[in-house]
This record gives sequence, structure tokens and C-alpha cells, in this order.
Amino acid sequence: MATYQEFIQQNEDRDGVRFSWNLWPSSRLEATRLVVPVSCLFTPLKERPDLPPVQYEPVLCSRANCKAVLNPLCQVDYRAKIWACNFCFQRNPFPPSYAGISDVNQPAELMPQFSTIEYIVQRSPPNPLIFLYVVDTCLEEEDLQALKESLQMSLSLLPPNALVGLITFGRMVQVHELSCEGIAKSYVFRGTKELSSKQIQEMLGLTNPSASGPQGRPAAPQDPAVTCRFLQPVHKVDMNLTDLLGELQRDPWPVPQGKRPLRSTGIALSIAVGLLEGTFPNTGARVMMFMGGPPTQGPGMVVGDELKTPIRSWHDITKDNARHLKKATKYYDALANRAAVNGHSIDIYACALDQTGLLEMKCLSNLTGGHIAMGDSFNTSLFKQTFQRVFSKDHNGEFRMAFGGTLEVKASRELKVSGAIGPCVSLNTKGPCISENEVGVGGTTQWKICSLSPSTTLALYFEVVNQHNAPIPQGGRGAVQFVTQYQHSNTQRRIRVTTVARNWADAQSQIQHIESSFDQEASAVIMARLGVFRAESEEGPDVLRWLDRQLIRLFMFHLRRSPFLQVFNNSPDECSYYRHHFVRQDLTQSLIMIQPILYSYSFHGPPEPVLLDSGSILPDRILLMDTFFQLVIYHGETIAQWRKAGYQEQPEYENFKHLLVAPVDDAQEILQTRFPMPRYIDTEHGGSQARFLLSKVNPSQTHNNLYSWGQETGAPILTDDVSLQVFMDHLKKLAVSSAA
Amino acid sequence: MFVCVLSCFCVRVSRPPVCQPYSHGAMNLSGPHPSYPQQYGVQPSMQQMTNQMSGMQVGSGPLTSAGPGYAPPPSSEPPISAAYSAAAPPSYTQAPHPVSGAPSQPPPPSEPAAPQPYYDGPPPSQQQPFPSSAPPPSQPFPSSSPYSGPPPSSQPRAPAVSRQQSFPPGPPPPVQQTFPNSAPPPVSQALYSGPPPSSQPGPFPPTFASPAQYPAAQPPSQPGPPHFHSGPPPQCPMPPPSMSQQQANPLPPGPMQQPPQPGMQGGYPTQQNGAFGQPRGPQPGYAGPQYPGQQNYGAGPAPTPAPTQKRLDPDSIPSPQASELPAVQKFRHRIDPDAIPSPIQVIEDDRANKSSEPFTTGVKGQTPPLVTTNFQVKDQGNASPRFVRCTAYNIPCTADMAKQSQVPLAAVIKPLAMLPPDETRPYVVDHGEAGPIRCNRCKAYMCPYMQFIEGGRRFQCGFCSCVTDVPPHYFQHLDHTGKRVDCCDRPELSLGSYEFVATVDYCKNNKLPQPPSFIFFIDVSYNAVKSGMVNIVCQELKTLLDYLPRENPEADSVVRVGFVTYNKVLHFYNVKSSLAQPQMMVVSDVSDMFLPLLDGFLVNVNDSRVVIESLLDQIPEMFADTRETETVFGPVIQAGLEALKAADCAGKLFLFHSSLPIAEAPGKLKNREDKKLVGTDKEKSLIQPQSGFYSNLSKECVAQGCCVDLFLFPNQYVDVATLGVVPVSTGGSVYKYTYFQAEMDRERFLNDLRRDVQKPMGFDAVMRVRTSTGIRATDFFGSFFMSNTTDVELAGLDCDKTVTVEFRHDDKLSEDTGALMQCAVLYTSCSGQRRLRVHNMAVNCCSQLADLYRNCETDTIINFFSKYAYRSLLNTPTKTVRDTLVNQCAQILACYRKNCASPSSAGQLILPECMKLLPVYLNCVLKSDVLQPGADVSVDDRAYLRQLLSCMDVSESHVFFYPRLLPLVKLDGGSLPMAVRNSEERLSKGGVYLLETGLYLFLWVGANAQQELLSNIFGTPTFSQIDPNMTSLPELDNPFSQRLREIIDSFRSQRSRYMKLMVVKQEDKAELIFKHFLCEDKSASGGASYVDFLCHMHKEIRQLLS
Repeated sequence: MATYQEFIQQNEDRDGVRFSWNLWPSSRLEATRLVVPVSCLFTPLKERPDLPPVQYEPVLCSRANCKAVLNPLCQVDYRAKIWACNFCFQRNPFPPSYAGISDVNQPAELMPQFSTIEYIVQRSPPNPLIFLYVVDTCLEEEDLQALKESLQMSLSLLPPNALVGLITFGRMVQVHELSCEGIAKSYVFRGTKELSSKQIQEMLGLTNPSASGPQGRPAAPQDPAVTCRFLQPVHKVDMNLTDLLGELQRDPWPVPQGKRPLRSTGIALSIAVGLLEGTFPNTGARVMMFMGGPPTQGPGMVVGDELKTPIRSWHDITKDNARHLKKATKYYDALANRAAVNGHSIDIYACALDQTGLLEMKCLSNLTGGHIAMGDSFNTSLFKQTFQRVFSKDHNGEFRMAFGGTLEVKASRELKVSGAIGPCVSLNTKGPCISENEVGVGGTTQWKICSLSPSTTLALYFEVVNQHNAPIPQGGRGAVQFVTQYQHSNTQRRIRVTTVARNWADAQSQIQHIESSFDQEASAVIMARLGVFRAESEEGPDVLRWLDRQLIRLFMFHLRRSPFLQVFNNSPDECSYYRHHFVRQDLTQSLIMIQPILYSYSFHGPPEPVLLDSGSILPDRILLMDTFFQLVIYHGETIAQWRKAGYQEQPEYENFKHLLVAPVDDAQEILQTRFPMPRYIDTEHGGSQARFLLSKVNPSQTHNNLYSWGQETGAPILTDDVSLQVFMDHLKKLAVSSAA
Repeated sequence: MFVCVLSCFCVRVSRPPVCQPYSHGAMNLSGPHPSYPQQYGVQPSMQQMTNQMSGMQVGSGPLTSAGPGYAPPPSSEPPISAAYSAAAPPSYTQAPHPVSGAPSQPPPPSEPAAPQPYYDGPPPSQQQPFPSSAPPPSQPFPSSSPYSGPPPSSQPRAPAVSRQQSFPPGPPPPVQQTFPNSAPPPVSQALYSGPPPSSQPGPFPPTFASPAQYPAAQPPSQPGPPHFHSGPPPQCPMPPPSMSQQQANPLPPGPMQQPPQPGMQGGYPTQQNGAFGQPRGPQPGYAGPQYPGQQNYGAGPAPTPAPTQKRLDPDSIPSPQASELPAVQKFRHRIDPDAIPSPIQVIEDDRANKSSEPFTTGVKGQTPPLVTTNFQVKDQGNASPRFVRCTAYNIPCTADMAKQSQVPLAAVIKPLAMLPPDETRPYVVDHGEAGPIRCNRCKAYMCPYMQFIEGGRRFQCGFCSCVTDVPPHYFQHLDHTGKRVDCCDRPELSLGSYEFVATVDYCKNNKLPQPPSFIFFIDVSYNAVKSGMVNIVCQELKTLLDYLPRENPEADSVVRVGFVTYNKVLHFYNVKSSLAQPQMMVVSDVSDMFLPLLDGFLVNVNDSRVVIESLLDQIPEMFADTRETETVFGPVIQAGLEALKAADCAGKLFLFHSSLPIAEAPGKLKNREDKKLVGTDKEKSLIQPQSGFYSNLSKECVAQGCCVDLFLFPNQYVDVATLGVVPVSTGGSVYKYTYFQAEMDRERFLNDLRRDVQKPMGFDAVMRVRTSTGIRATDFFGSFFMSNTTDVELAGLDCDKTVTVEFRHDDKLSEDTGALMQCAVLYTSCSGQRRLRVHNMAVNCCSQLADLYRNCETDTIINFFSKYAYRSLLNTPTKTVRDTLVNQCAQILACYRKNCASPSSAGQLILPECMKLLPVYLNCVLKSDVLQPGADVSVDDRAYLRQLLSCMDVSESHVFFYPRLLPLVKLDGGSLPMAVRNSEERLSKGGVYLLETGLYLFLWVGANAQQELLSNIFGTPTFSQIDPNMTSLPELDNPFSQRLREIIDSFRSQRSRYMKLMVVKQEDKAELIFKHFLCEDKSASGGASYVDFLCHMHKEIRQLLS
């Protein structure tokens, strides 16, 4: 292993793990001095095409509070057929099926290259996937039509045995029965009345008094006749549902002038959650909600139906003027927690020009691992393709989604788990390795991740608890084991186990080593997540100050300016949206989000990455900026003029044509793979959409210093924000003074 | 005027013309009646009795003499008298034999069996109530006993017969006395003690019991035995005729029956009798302190005697009766049923006199022809009697006078009545944008009573005398008589009834109304599906929807329709025309009802025909296997209300409902039926609604113009009293089909439904009655809601609905101007037009009571009284209500006697000509199931009838209380056979009779009916082969059958509800039901016979006079 760079890359490729430090300071005191804690980004379901799952179940440590899984780091006595747990040092006999084990005949989980291994649990019965569409009908005709088509299309993407259900809402909420012939049947609920889960099930006729066991075990799943009314296998109701969607009408209730349509989003969701709760608890299910505007009535309403009252802005929120904010947030939090407990995830597809209340509703997705997609209209490729991509398949033809996951973390004695940040909720599992010092979602060793995709990434924070006076012997290693149980999209139950280890290092004697083991990128993302997590709960400026105190690094400049922390220029919804994605994407994507990538295309050579600086904006360049959420193609002034003049049409300027096409092709490539689909912007010098680019670049030239710089280089940005140069100067000053 | 002398019982026709028909004018009704006084008032001491007796005799003397002088009996009656004499004797002779046989045999076995099935279990319990009341009677008994005597038991009878013969009239008084004393109490008890145990409560209990069933019977029975023993027994005038009847019918209607029953009672569980007895309202009603009650009725047996009397009359009456048994029997004998006022005769006379000429309404204060008469009306300035009928057409000028007479001043108004084809609908008048022209002060609408003055520039209001300017566009010159030149061209100036086009000012929210909507709510719970109701409704609606009401027969109806099914949840249907299939939307949240859809719920039938048909086809299938038995009710109405609100229109909800709504929801009801309460002071709690929920709901319904029609298909108690609140308050109707069976009741239900859906109606109506200064509308009866004291709010008002209005004086009226009344109804027509219908009525004012009594209409008075009484039940014990009724009638008649009649003996009952039927009709009201329920009358039935009556017009209430009984003899020719009086003794064993009650048609077939007759009607010559379960007659190709079916059809078409035809074979079990409607007879539930009641009235009147 040559460099840390390679080591890190290799580790990420194999285990989906990136630690902030790859050598761990061996005492608590030293660790705290490092500012950036020992922590990691972990991608539980990182795609491993080369990793065939094994068809048996893992061997567990027999100690009751350990239960670590047998892994390559364990010491094995082949003769005695005994292995020692590397976490609790318990000696365990191998189970009878391992009788033939020897140092030349090792099971996969003992081989070093299988530090990550996936088991298939045989005993649990296959559970079908469940997709419950919750559809807003208060849409413009055009939007509704587009949405209907997308939904109809999606039916063909679902696995045939998946169960599908439909709830529509507007002023009322309708739960559609899918099993009936002839008359289309639906159960209607008032959009303003909050109902308990039990009431909902009663009203839907789901309660089966005779069948409910003494332990309150829901009997519904055993009674397909009952549940099937609302959740039916796709292959059975394909036609039926297609027709039903086709006949879906706009909410018929008149909307008087000056009013918003009444949208009972809150009740619709509570019914969706209640329905699944009653019928398929602890089974993977996706509630997919499509909404074209903010909830305007009933519990969970975000804004009243009076158009003259605008939806809350940051300004309102800081002034405490957002009437419904707290109530709605609380309501959706409660719903999200209920869904999470039952392992159901909730997606939000919000398409509207104005805000739709994502700020209040973000928990629904954040806690349950659901997606949030935000667009202007359902009739845009942004939505259509994003939605389509939800159902994308991997090379095995299996969905890139998994359900009902739980992640358990086990760590060596010297290490305690402080918490996790990501699309997860705590399972409140007590264990020996829980740190008192909570970071993110802590106080547990297990988290529930209702929905997982291969890119879902959690940040996990650890605390070194080894005391300074109890040095770890040279060459000692600390180990961490991640055990992820989940329901595969093919309905199998699987367990993936990743076990990693890092060397301990004495910070006093080996500080250089530790320094060189620092993973700048991972640390950036990890700290940024922490920042975002705090931003969610604390005042913006406080977070910035905290961050400034904690870190002084280049990326911080951009992070400070990003919507993740900075709410200026972004609506509350947008912030929620950006943050939602930031805390779940993998490292690469997260970095793009923090510091957008800028490519420059010119006749002078092949495309090259350039500094995200106003100095890069030149008349004869085409720029391609990727911020994760947006893809901006910016044509410099000259290029734009040429394009306008139509030179690219002329055969003799074919090279110009190629130049124009190149960034578009590159953008397409990005568009193909990214989820959610980014907003694609094609603009030019002076175009109104150019603001997307201008707001991101480092304002090295502004109207303040315009004349001190050469006219030829770059474009001035009209902002009062400090440039990187100023920022750096300031930092240097601070760094020196603080060191003193 | 008609004079009836009772107790001495002579009926004298004081007024020549009228009375002629009743030749007996002065009839001697045998003296016996002393019994009446006794009966009604036990109090009368012996002396009184004797006095009465003597009085009677006295009276009779003169009467008889008068009789002949007065009137050579016109057609019918004279012969009767003859018949009497002739017939009587034979019967007598015959009677004895049968009697002897009868007594022993018939009573026990036959009777018990029959009554039991009919009256079910209740008997024992019922008895109890009586006992309570009984005690008092018992005491009186001793004294009264003499009269009570009429031996009900079979045994007694036999003796009686013999007695009659043997004992001449003279002796009777003394005999009676003796009898009474000895007979009543001890002996009877002892004798009957065995059987009576049931009646045990008191020695007299039997009396009670008997009253219930056959009031007369029991008392007699007790006394009877003693009598027998004592010796007089042999005499019995009655028996003979009765005997024959008895034999024929185990449950004899008349006196005969009574005897057997008593016997039976004694023999068997007296309870049964008790059952009958208890039901008798009479006791409580009459029983008051005055009468021992039952005993009085015991006298009742009298009716039976009546028949015999006919025959016997001439000779026997005087002597035998007296001589015979105790008073009771005698009395009976003495009163000849034919001698007392006959409704049939009155009806026939009116028909004969008034049907030929059109009735012109121009003359103020003129009494219109009776409702039973076919006549044409010419509107000449007053509303047609088809729209408005008054109790009196001459009203007293002062409140004192009105109070003195006690004649109610009321109008029965049927604002949207249908007119026969030969009369024109009210014209529609448009006064332009400013709306109808009205008086400035009282807001009365322009009408013929407005006096134009100052050359036509102003007009003076006939109601309040205020002067108002005539708007320029309405100005017209006056002719030399002061009338407007265009008077005859303008309906509002020349007619009694017309309509105005209402302007936007008359609309809710100042917005022209939307066309109304009809919403059908079909109960799809287990019972509803199983009974076949769901299927029938769905099938029928498919065609019925093409007949929604419309004003222009050419055009399609603009009424929109919607559909909902429900059990404990509601299913709404989206039937939008653009859908390929209907969509069902289930609302389970019944606690907080709302409308789940807007667009596509209320649709135009033609647009959505395919979808609707598909829906109606699928509903029965969808719920064919339902196991849901619980239903809701309140939320159903709420849903309809919400739908109408959402559509911003008025409309009508049709609810097809099967069971007590016990599912958890607003308006949930519990089963509170408790027959023990019947007859107690708590009885009213059965009639009042269970909770205030529905009355609140109906307020909301009325505010929206949401009319509710309820079709009930109950298999058990459904609490009609509560379920009916909303329909009744919203101008809707309740239809009840108990134990609905698809095959049997399909026709009736469908015809009702068809008519109900198609009938012309107005929505969201407000009715206001304005009157001349001096009187005021103070009380209203009908199906409506009132939020203040003047405006009658009707969510819906159809052509069959009637509002009865009572007027009171608040000042003096003038004889010169008379009294005016204007009824204005503002409503939305079925095409969505806002209209005002105005009915004007002018009546005379009088300062002489005689004028008042000369221009009354008894049918209308009865309509008013019954509505008043039925409503009073809500707050007043039944007994009090009955007493009040009797009392008021007695006062009316007493007032007449005192102020208008020529002086005569106190023993004479003198009735005003116009009111001579008051007693018989009043008796029918008192005997009705509502006021005097029999054991078989459920709480629901009573509530149903009570609500039904509240909006009946005079014609319907008339037949309801006094059913029409037609002998089916020669049916050739276009005219109907003359009806006969409702008494079993009018039935001939050899005949077939059609009885119309307004709710049912009975075809009674005598056991000895001619084979030819049977063949013609049923297609079988054999009596035993007639299927008693048939609901329609076979269509046979013979003139008789055709004509009969025509008659039945025409009867049905005259009523707002389809009358189910029931074939009753003589002596069949079902005959009990039939007999229930023979309202001149003593009723099984204890109602007095006509004769008895007349005697009772007489006594009341005499008390008032003395």
C-alpha cells in the first residue's frame, strides 16, 4: 500500500468506509485536541458487484451483549475449533457446520478480502415490496396529466409481485380500493380531522376483532382478503389501476378567487401511515407522495388558503411569524417517527413554483430514508426522470433500493460510539460501546434506516475513551464492525457485515503519522454534516461561528456560502431540500455539493477544471458547473454572440459546433446517473439564469475592486460577500492570533 | 237541525228538510238508556237512575207521537222501521236456540284462539293497566250494576232472550235496579272466579277486561251470571240476532259477540279479554270519575242490540227492554241504530243535492259540498274548497261567542292541491320587476278584497284597512261601481287562488334559486337486502327517473339526482356522465359527516343515464352477500343536507331504511319500546322523540330547503316517533311497510314511490296566513317547521300536504265586512322558479250562534280535532286528551242545545244539522289506534299514524276515521253502489263488501256469498278456494270483475297512498283486522259503539246543561 491516498481509496471501494483519521490517537486527551473527531462515512450498501452473498447465516459471538460477527480479524484456533471475538475477547466454539474448518479451508468470512461480506437470511419469509402512492389532485390539468402518466408508467417498472396502493387527496382524502370489479371504490376521509391509527383502520374496515392476538399482533397480514382491498399485487391490478389513474380528476371542489386549493396533505399522510401500520408493520414499504403545493388545511397545514397570506419565509421564521410552522413540524415529526418504527419510508415529490412546505415535512423523508425531489412542475423532465430513476436497477436487474434496514455498530473497547448523522432513526439499543458524548443521533448502537440505496451514506462519530495513562501497546489496532440487516428488493432478508481496523498511534510521538493519515475530504464532509445537523436545530450564525472555530480549511469557504448553512437567497424549503440530500449522499457527491465543480471548454485545449472563481468567467469559454442540484452550462460573451450568429450551422465552423456540443454531452453523462436529477440550465453571458453560476463562484472581482484588476480577466460579481482572498487573509490573521 | 233524543231516546229531526231523511226524526229509542248515565257515570244514584228511566219513558211518549208527525220517513228509513218489526220477531224466535247452543260452545274455544293470534302475547300485561283504572269502576259498580247488566256472556244472553220476551217494558226499571244490585258484584265474581283469575285484581277486574275487548261483554258477563241464577235470565231480546251472527263468526262484532266473549273470557284465560279490554282507551277516557268506565261501555253491548232493534223496533222496543234484563240490555234495544244520524245518509244527501251544480265560490260564508261529493268548483273570488276548507263559514263576531260555542275556528289548507282536469290551475301573474303588489302595512298581496279608491290611484287593504298607492304601471281606471275596469282580466282581482312570479327579493340570499335535486339513500344492510327492498328500489329507479317532476310536460325535468347507499357507513356514487363506470366513495367517518365529492354526485338523468343504470344494476349485486346488520340514520340525512348545501339548491331526500339505527353515530337510537307504559302517564315518552338531535337536524334541513321522505321497511321496532322527526318537520312523508315482503308489498311500495317521486311539489317554502284585523292565526298543524309564530317553513311542500290553521279572536269582527284570510306560500317550483301562491278566503261573521251552527263543516272540525288531539299526546296523557275532546264536543252541542234549539225535554238529544255526525265521527277519532290502541297496535304504528294524520286533508281524514264500506252487489252502470254503515250488522253473509280505509282496501267475503258472485270476482265458485293472501284480484273477463277492478283503481287513484288490497273471508283470522275498521261497532280495543257513545255524549250534554 503505497500512499494514504490509495489506502483510503481502496478502503472505500471495498468497505464503503472513509475515516477522518486513518491512524487513531490512542488517548482521549489527544483525540479531543485533534478537533476533528475520529469518525467515518459509511455506505452500508455500497455496490459490490464482485461480492456474491453467501447463502448461510453469520456466526455470532456468544456473549450476550456483544454478538459480534465472526470476521477476518478474529483469532482462530483451527484445532480446537474455537475463535476469539476481537471486540470482547470471548472465546467461541464454531458451530457444528464449521467442523471441516482448517487453515486451508476457511469460510469466506475469515478471509481478509471479505472484510465486507453479505449473508442471506433463509428463515424469514419473503415480504413483498409495497408502494403506496399518495397523490395530490389539486394540480393544474397539465400537471396532473403528466403526473398520471408518470404514475402509470411506474407501474411497469415495479416488480410484478410488489403490492401497490393509491391514496389521492385534495380537499378530501380518498383511499382507493383496488380489488373490486366494476365500480371503482374508494374510502373518503375528511381532510381536516385527525384520526388515530386505530380509527383509520376501523373506518377502512381493516380491523378484524376476532383475529387480533393477545399481544396485539396485527392479524391483517395473515388476512390477504382484507388488506388486498387497498394493496394489491401489481400484476393483478395493473389494468385496473391504470384505468383508475387515467380517470383521476382534478379535485372538483371549487377554489374561489384569491384562495389556494384546500390540500389535506397531513391527513393523507397520516392515513397512508396508518394503513401500512395496520397491515404491514415491519415490512419494507414506500409511501410516495406527490404534491403540487403546500398543505392548506387540517393538521399539518403549512399555510392558510388565503392567497394574500404568503407562505412563511426565513424572515417570518426568524421573526417567529410562521404561524403553522411549529405545529406542522411537530405533526410531521410524529408521523415520521411512526412510519420509521414500522420500517416504512416516505418519499416526497414536490413540484410547484412556490414552496410546498418541505421545511415542515422534511422529517418524513429524513427519518425514514425516503427521497425528496423538488421541481417546478410534474410536467418537467426533472421530475419525470427523477421519478423514473427511483426504480432504476443495478447490473443484476435488481432495484437499487432496500428496505427496513438496521445498522449496528460494534467497536473495540477503546472506542465508543457517539452517534450517527444520516437518514436514520435511533433504535435506542443500549450497549457497552455507547459514548456519553452524543453527536448527531446518539445514545444507541443501532439505527433504523427504513430505506436504503447503494449511495446512502451515514456519518458515524466515535470517541476515543482510552485514558492517557493506559497506553495501548505499539501496533495495537482498534476495530469497528458494521452489521447491516435489510430487506433486499428481491424480498430476501440479508445481512451485510463490514469489519475494519485502524492502528492506534501515540499523538505525542507520532503526530506526523497521524497528520498524514488525515482524510481531508472525508473530514470536510463529516464536519459539514455535523454543521448541517446543528443548523437544523440551532440558529444559523451560531453554527457558522462554531464551524469557524472548529475548522480552517479551504472548503470551508464554500461551505459557509452553501445553502446548507447559509439561508440567504434560499427559501426554507430549498434549504431543507439541500440539507436532506447532503446528509445522505456519498463522499464524492457531498464534496460537489460543498464545492461545485467548474469545467472550462475552449478552443485552446481539452476541457479543464478551473477554479471556482469569477476569474474563470471569460468571454471565449464555455463553462460547465455542477453543483449537484444544478448543471449550468454558461456560454461566455463571445461564444454566445457566435452562437447567436449561427456559426455552428456553417460547415466551415464545425469545430465551433463541436465545442458547443462538448459540455452538453458531458452534462448528459452526469444527468444520466445522478439522483435526484439536477436542474439543467443552459445560459449565457448576461442571461438571467447566469445567476446560478455567479452566485457560486468566488467573488474575486466585485464592483468594489473592479478597477484594481485587469478588465480582461473574468467577470465582476456584484456582491458584498468577501472573496476567498479576503477570507484567507482574515483566517491567517486569526490563526496566528488564536495560536498565541 | 237534527234532534236526537237519547236515553229516552227519541231522535227528532227538528229541521224539516234535513230531518226528513231521518224519518224517525223523533224516534223512540227505547228507554233503557238509563244505563248510559250509569255507565258513564257510576255516580248516578239509584234515584237518578230511576229518574232517568222515567224521563225516558216520558220522552219516548212524545217522541213517538212526534215522529210520525214529523216526517213520513223518506225512502230508506221508513222501510227500515217496517223491516224491524217484521224481521225482529223471527230473529227472536230463532235466536233462542242458537243462543243456548252458542253460549256454551263458541265462547271458550273459538274466541280464545282467534283473539290470541291476532293480539299476540300482550293480553296479560295489558290487563294490568286496566286493573289500575279498574278499582274505581268497581266501586261504582254496585250502583251502576243494574244497568251494566247487559250480559255479555253467552249464558246471560240466552236468559236474556227469554227474559225479553217474557218481561214487558214496564217492569224493567224496577227489575233493572234489582238486578243491578244483586247481579253485579258478588255473584258474578264467584261464578266467574274460576276463569277470571286473570282479572283477579279486583272483583271488577273482569269488567275492565271486558271493556277492553268487548267492553260491554264483561260487565254483562259478571252481572249476567247472577242474573241467570236469579231467575230473570230467560229474557233476552238481543240474543236471537246475535246468535246467528255469533255462530257465523266466532268473533261477533255486535252485541252477540260480546256475550260470547265474556263467556269465553270466563272460561279461558280471562286475560285475553283483558287484553282487549285494556286496549280500550275508553275506560281511561271515559272512566273518569264519572263513569265506571267499562261498565258504561258494558252498556256498549247496546250496539249489538241495535241490529236486533231494527227488526224489533216497532213492537218490542218499549216493553221487552224494560222488562228484560237490567238496564243495559234494554238500552240497547231501545236505540235503533238506524234512528241515530247516519253518515251514509248525510253523504248521500249531500251528493244528491250538491253534485249536479258547480260550486261557485263567490258567495261569502257558503258551506261547500262535503268531501265525499263529486262537484266542480268555479273560482269566483274565494279559494276552492280543494285548497281551503273551514270549520265554520260564519264565524262569531266576538271572542266570547266563540268561546261559548267552543266550535273551533280553523282552516284546512292544501296549498298545492291537485285539481281535477276540468278545473283550471291557478293562473300565474307577473307584476314585473318590482314584484307583487302588496299592502304597505300588513304586506297582504293584491287580491279581490283590495278596495281601489281615489279613481284607482290608491287601494285600501281589506285586511288592515291601510291605504297604499297603486304603482303607475299597475294603475287602471275604475268603473261606475268602483271596480277596476280590468278586474276580470286580472286573476289577482277576480279569483280566490292564483300565483305570482316572485322576484329576486323573495329568494334566499337574494339569488335566484337553482333547480332542486333528488337524492336517493338506500339502506343496504342485511335486512334491507334480504327483504328484497334494495333490488326493487334499484330496478324501479331505472325507469322512475324518467318521471321526475317537471312543470312543462314537454321538457325534460331539470331536477338533478344523486345516489347513496349505506349501512353503518355511507357509500356515495360518482355518476358523472364522462365516467365509464360509476365510482363509489365510502365515508366511514359517520361521526362527522361530510360530502366526499361534488362534481358527479348530482347529475342530470339524461346526461348520465348509462352510468346511472350501470350503478343501479350493480348495487344489488354488490351488497347481495352483505353481513352488516347495523345502520346509521342521522348521518344519512346530514349527508343529504351537505350535498344540497354544496350544490346550493333545495331538494328532497328519499330514504329507504330498514332498522333501528344502533350503529355508533350521531342520532344513534336505542330500543325504548315498552308496552307497559301504554296507558300510563309516561305514555307520552313513547311518542316524543328520543333525543333532540333530530329536531336540531331538521332545523338545518329546513334552512337549506332539504325535504326528507322516509320509506321504512321494519321487521321490528324502529322508533318511528324519532325517525319521523325530520320528515315531519321538513314537509316530507313517512311510509311504513312493516314486515316487507317483496311479493306481497311490492306493488304498494312501488306505487307509493312512484307517486312520491312524481308528484308536483314546491321546495324551500314559507307559508304565511294573514287575516282581517280581529282574528289571528294562532296555531298550525302539519308537516313543517316554525321558527317564529307566524311563518310556516316547509322545506318541501307537495300536492298532498295540508296545513291546518287555527284562528283566534284578538278583537271584534264586524258582520258587515266579514273575515278575510289570505294564505300566501312562497316556494321554488320543481323547475327552479320562485313563485308565490295565494289563496284567499272570505267568510261571514255572525252575531247569532245559530248562524254559526248552520254553517259548519263537521268533517273539517273532525280534521282539526284529530290533529289537535294527536299533537296533544306529546305532552298530555292520552286519557286527558280523550276527555278534553269529549268535553269540547259536549260543550259545542250543549251550547247549541241551550242557545239554538227549541226547548224540549232534557231527555232529548238535539244535534245541529251540520253537526249531527259529530258524535259518530268523534267516536271514531277516540277509537283510533292512536288514541285507543289495541294490544296489537305497536308503538311504531301509533307514531306512524300520528304523523300521517298531521298533514291529511279533510277528505283523507274523513275516510281514515270513517271508512267507506261498499256492498258489491250490482256494479253495472257508472255509479258506485251506496255505501253502508260501518257495522258488522250491516254485513250480509251472502255478500261481498269493499272497505276503504284510506290506507287499506279490504274485500270482505261472506261465508254464504253467492257462487256466481265469487266466480265473477275470484274465478272460483267455492268460498274455501279463495286465497286470502291475494293482493290483487284476478283479471277476469266479465263485467263485474272489470267494474270492480275499476272501482278499486279509482279508489286508489284518489288517495295519496296506494291502498293494499286484502281479501278477508268471513270467519277467517284476518277478519279481526277488518272488523277493527267497522267503527260504529264496539272495538276490540275497547272503543265504544256508536250508540253507546251517543248515549254518553248525551249524558255529558245533559250534565252541562243542568
